Amino acid sequence: MTLDTVAVAAATPDLDQPWAALGLKEDEYRRIREILGRRPSSSELAMYSVMWSEHCSYKSSKVHLRQFGEKAPPSDALLVGMGENAGVVDIGQGWAVTFKIESHNHPSYVEPYQGAATGVGGIVRDILTMGARPVAILDPLRFGPADAADTRRVLPGVVAGIGGYGNCLGLPTVGGEVVFDPTYLGNPLVNALCVGTLRHGDIKLAKASGVGNLVVLFGAKTGGDGIGGVSVLASETFDADGPAKRPSVQVGDPFTEKVLIECCLEIFAADLVGGIQDLGGAGLSCATSELASAGSGGMHVVLDRVPLRDPTLSPEEILMSESQERMCAVVEPRHIDAFLRICDRWDVTATVIGEVTDSGRLVIEWRGEVIVDVPPRTVAHEGPVYERPFARPAAQDALQADGPTAGRLARPSSPEELRTTLLRLVASPNLAAKTWVTSQYDRYVQGNTVLAQPDDGGVIRVDPESGLGVAVSTDGNGRFTRLDPYAGAQLALAEAYRNVAVTGARPLAVTNCLNFGSPEDPGVMWQFAEATRGLADACLQLGVPVTGGNVSFYNQTGDVAILPTPVVGVLGVIDDVARRTPMGLGTPGESILLVGDTRDEFGGSEWAHDVHGHLGGLPPTVDLERERQLAEILVAGSRDGLLSAAHDVADGGLAQALVEMAVRGGAGARIVLPEDLDPFVALFSESAGRVVVVVPRSEELRFSDMCVARHVPVVRVGVVDGTALDVQGLFSVEVAELRHAAEATFPALFG
Amino acid sequence: MARVVVDVMLKPEILDPQGQAVLHALGRLGFDGVSAVRQGKRFEIEVDGPADADLAARAEQMAATLLANLVIEDFTVRVEG
Amino acid sequence: MAPTVGVVTFPGSLDDRDAARAVRLAGGQVVPLWHKDTHLMGVDAVVLPGGFSYGDYLRCGAIARFSPIMSAVVGAAREGMPVLGICNGFQILCESHLLPGALTRNDSLHFVCRDQALRIESTATAWTSAYVPGQEVVVPLKNGEGGYVADERTLDELEAEGRVVVRYLGANPNGSRRAIAGIANAAGNVVGLMPHPEHAVESLTGPTTDGLGFFTSVLERLVHA
Repeated sequence: MTLDTVAVAAATPDLDQPWAALGLKEDEYRRIREILGRRPSSSELAMYSVMWSEHCSYKSSKVHLRQFGEKAPPSDALLVGMGENAGVVDIGQGWAVTFKIESHNHPSYVEPYQGAATGVGGIVRDILTMGARPVAILDPLRFGPADAADTRRVLPGVVAGIGGYGNCLGLPTVGGEVVFDPTYLGNPLVNALCVGTLRHGDIKLAKASGVGNLVVLFGAKTGGDGIGGVSVLASETFDADGPAKRPSVQVGDPFTEKVLIECCLEIFAADLVGGIQDLGGAGLSCATSELASAGSGGMHVVLDRVPLRDPTLSPEEILMSESQERMCAVVEPRHIDAFLRICDRWDVTATVIGEVTDSGRLVIEWRGEVIVDVPPRTVAHEGPVYERPFARPAAQDALQADGPTAGRLARPSSPEELRTTLLRLVASPNLAAKTWVTSQYDRYVQGNTVLAQPDDGGVIRVDPESGLGVAVSTDGNGRFTRLDPYAGAQLALAEAYRNVAVTGARPLAVTNCLNFGSPEDPGVMWQFAEATRGLADACLQLGVPVTGGNVSFYNQTGDVAILPTPVVGVLGVIDDVARRTPMGLGTPGESILLVGDTRDEFGGSEWAHDVHGHLGGLPPTVDLERERQLAEILVAGSRDGLLSAAHDVADGGLAQALVEMAVRGGAGARIVLPEDLDPFVALFSESAGRVVVVVPRSEELRFSDMCVARHVPVVRVGVVDGTALDVQGLFSVEVAELRHAAEATFPALFG
Repeated sequence: MARVVVDVMLKPEILDPQGQAVLHALGRLGFDGVSAVRQGKRFEIEVDGPADADLAARAEQMAATLLANLVIEDFTVRVEG
Repeated sequence: MAPTVGVVTFPGSLDDRDAARAVRLAGGQVVPLWHKDTHLMGVDAVVLPGGFSYGDYLRCGAIARFSPIMSAVVGAAREGMPVLGICNGFQILCESHLLPGALTRNDSLHFVCRDQALRIESTATAWTSAYVPGQEVVVPLKNGEGGYVADERTLDELEAEGRVVVRYLGANPNGSRRAIAGIANAAGNVVGLMPHPEHAVESLTGPTTDGLGFFTSVLERLVHA
């Protein structure tokens, strides 16, 4: 077959091209022809089709994501904002932290182990390209019903893949979630967040500047992995009969990535690199076009120089390949020898494949002929922008009107019924202990993990001398978001923000992974529009900017979309990790206080879901001002050494929070529920803006004063005591029984 | 150009949890009458030169030195033309 | 001069920096050793750290054992130099035949990370003299291929000669024969164990500080050598 070069393309304008099979729409194909002034060569068509896919170009989401920039709160801490591989936040003492969350949903349905593994690999490389040492990962996961056969296929593979890749990289997994819901069956959500640390002066950006500078491809050799993976997988939903499309998924090698990390860090330390980009979705097409687009504007690449694992690959395939563990760096000629020497020391393949030019064009040659000659901005940054129609679904009003009132859903009232409900919820898959999952992750490697799951946030020590550290948490309640996308997204932020503050860290910045159904469905698009609006507004009000993130669309099978699931990651700073607030009940006699307002709020609650299979009404009230004050109290309390423990109140309400604290600490409590509340409401309502704190009796007044000064209600609900959770006047359950109930569920389900 | 195939298996007395897992999976998939499964490794090695006894001896050495851990594994060597 | 402990880094080693931290916390000096080095830079003891050297390709530790540095380590070990192999390091020591037996896939087929209760059964080694015989400790365990196996004769020999250094308490986490978590050579200078003492040296980041004893033991030994 003759090579389809630029010259051939110019000479054969009427050739039929398979733009539709590659995922392009007709108007997009026309636009490419306009941009180039001719038909694209097949390589150029491949590049545009992949780079303009939903996953790479964000074409359906851009108009909404703009709000994160437009409504960005002023922040002294932001060193690098959106637009780069990851955001970078100043945490003081010359230290900076970079973090980002990404999704790898569809590949994980097709091949759970490799899908999840390569998801971890990809986000870690993003962090590495910022010039940082990756130091921790968190994995928010969502699956279909816990007892579904396909969940038993997907969940163990995903967990093994995350562990297999992350552990081998030497990254502790310090947080995450496991959530089950019928809408995720067939559309599991595998989001991965990575945190990296660096000194201020070490920040690297992804741009190719300096005419004459060399473009170096290094890392693994290029093979046929994931060809078409990006545009095909992430821009189409699955047929109802199953994974009808089985394109080649990417296969990861964590050892290669570990070596790559060490090699890169040495290269960074020697300051040998101008710009650097990792090769993720869309492989070389993406790396070259993005580097060129962001820098001097031009690049010349000789594709023949790309080291290949498979010599039969065509140039189009080389450009689209998603072989893992590859990076692209821009290196000044005077530094190239030192650069290659470091790669050689680590046995990392490194090849000069091109150089930076000032032509304003990305020109790629193959066997002496030009096969790509495009303006890189049009590929990387000026892709299509859709204004997809969105409309509040007709059924939304009815959904919101169908609240979980006492008349609608039978509520437990007798002590026996309340006790039974408690034990049932404690053992329910969403609330049960996740030890089966988390014990497959290394939490200790690097020796800086101060708090990890099941604690509220992962806390990592950054500076061993001063104790400076960071806390990270991810949250995202799909049920709340389904009931009210605007409020649900705000609640996701509020919860992650609260979890960070509970550890004693001051929240600084946000990353988000927006998992939604098909953007071609106006109802889903409405959810997305509302959720982004809610999140942007909440970030502004709480003063924490979005630094970057990811959008995953098309998570649906046929007509059934997943619950709209905006997963929000919040990062905070703690001056001295030794002062972090742990979670468990400990010293007998200490006071247990409930901070915040409790209302009758069960819309989207775990109780309604697990006991009645009901989803309806409104999610809990959002009060961002309250969340801000609560955070202030928690951070100050931690700093002043007032708090023995703290835990946020979320899924499962106060009861679940107390159970988790008791099991974590191995101690019981005598609880007296507030008299002005119905016991069922007091125990299981999921009102937001609440935390449980444990303080020594001697500090109780001081702590209460802090709350009162901020008009935040606080009430003593009990005292640490004994070996049981003893809810006075109602029921008592031994901590051992609670622990057993919580820990038996996952082994029973998954072996 | 000659080819040697080396098969490495865990010694019979060594616990093989992967083999067990495969055994149970086959059963769940409806394959009746499977009584045992052991999982091993197969190495396909291309070498310059003729396929002769010398090659077999070299392959045995490769296997004993690197490809198999003789504490827990046995191996067989087969020279192909 | 403070005794120096060499910590080897193979491609894929992960807990090398943590081992170095542990040595420093115990009062020693650390010399980083690279897998391609052919000599030990005059160190007084060597630690082979945890991780996934060479990605655990072929078998855990099977490729690392042929690294240039290992010739030097094996030579020095035979001359009595204290050598500690942690997790992947233990696997490398077995592959090198400095210790008998082998490590195989966890019987559960899952990677397991847990705070493991252990009993230090022998304090007659260079790495455990700081403990009391029978002392119960808690140290993180994290591995996928931690099942210790050896033939009955070897196992009986190890038991009879008091060379089982560390044993798992409670449920067997990985199927190790006789719940063996760590062993020593006959001379007691080479010790290999699956649990990670270097992750139990600071109360802030570990379940206990019970692991520090491994490192203070050898430094004590070297100071008085």
